[in-house]
Amino acid sequence: MQLFSIEYISLVVGFLILLIGIWGILTRKNILKMVIGFSLFDTGTHIIIVALGYVKNKTAPILNQPDLQTDTAHKIVDPVPQALVLTAIVIGLGVTALMLVYAMKLHNEKKTLNIQNYKDLKW
Amino acid sequence: MLRNSLILLVLLGFAAAIFPLLHSYEAKDALTGVAEHYANYGKEEVGAANLVSAVVVTYRGFDTLGEVTILFLASAVIGLFLKASETYTKDTRSVFFKSTEILVTASRLLVPMILLLGVYIFINGHLTPGGGFQGGAVIASAFALLLLSRPQKHFSHKVISVVESISGISFVFIGLLGVLLAGGFLDNHILAMGKFGTLLSAGAIPIIYILIGLKVGSELTGIVRNLKESQKEG
Repeated sequence: MQLFSIEYISLVVGFLILLIGIWGILTRKNILKMVIGFSLFDTGTHIIIVALGYVKNKTAPILNQPDLQTDTAHKIVDPVPQALVLTAIVIGLGVTALMLVYAMKLHNEKKTLNIQNYKDLKW
Repeated sequence: MLRNSLILLVLLGFAAAIFPLLHSYEAKDALTGVAEHYANYGKEEVGAANLVSAVVVTYRGFDTLGEVTILFLASAVIGLFLKASETYTKDTRSVFFKSTEILVTASRLLVPMILLLGVYIFINGHLTPGGGFQGGAVIASAFALLLLSRPQKHFSHKVISVVESISGISFVFIGLLGVLLAGGFLDNHILAMGKFGTLLSAGAIPIIYILIGLKVGSELTGIVRNLKESQKEG
């Protein structure tokens, strides 16, 4: 385990962003800040997944050079996590937009974004 | 106090769940399993220079269809919530400030260029980093700029939904053609494979990416439009 290798740094950064996101969702009172927390949670997960697909000293999985087109498996990083993250980013975008519209509707109802003023479902 | 300690407990729980991953992490030296197959045979089987595109559009094309469906669902629910067409009347005043000359002039210059960049990104999705989703998002950003610079302008909801429906249906239709003419659902061998690394290669991937780009672009434009139309006084 090399502490200052690029893959380890990105893994730690993704891990920290994920924890900051969870902390934001749990502690913030403003609904918009909770949505931002969710976005950070999302981004942290993406960074972790891409970092796990890294292969030491290999290049991006785009075969535009002739020397990449033979014995490809030993020259590129894993394309599958990148494809999965591409899917996850788009779904995260849709969910974030949906949450922001919910927040807007809530604000139209009660003219406040503080989550503590919404007690309708509290027991 | 109890609340704070519970939050701390949840955070520590998450940290403990992910920590083993971090602690015992070793970067791989070579690809294994399915990734190795994609790397070694992707060039012959799919013919796309960008292997991520090959995975997204062909090897896991069904996932992409589901992803497009989820995005459509999100934009449909947003449209349902905002009900833009019902609340909109000609008399309601826009809450947007009048945009400045600088923004209007700059958007006149920039919008065609951003649209061109978006189209470039999704047409070259099988060769360079990029693809339908990225290109569609860039196209939607051009329309967002247009809406910011000219708040009085109204986008036709009909055009957006027609483009979206046609591209969505064509995507499924191309997938079904794959069953009839080639090896299975969303197989890209329904068209000639072309020379590896050129624009007209990789069979149906460029067509599918153009359709995805149009669909994502019109969906995101629809979301931005609905949000903007709902911001009226009265």
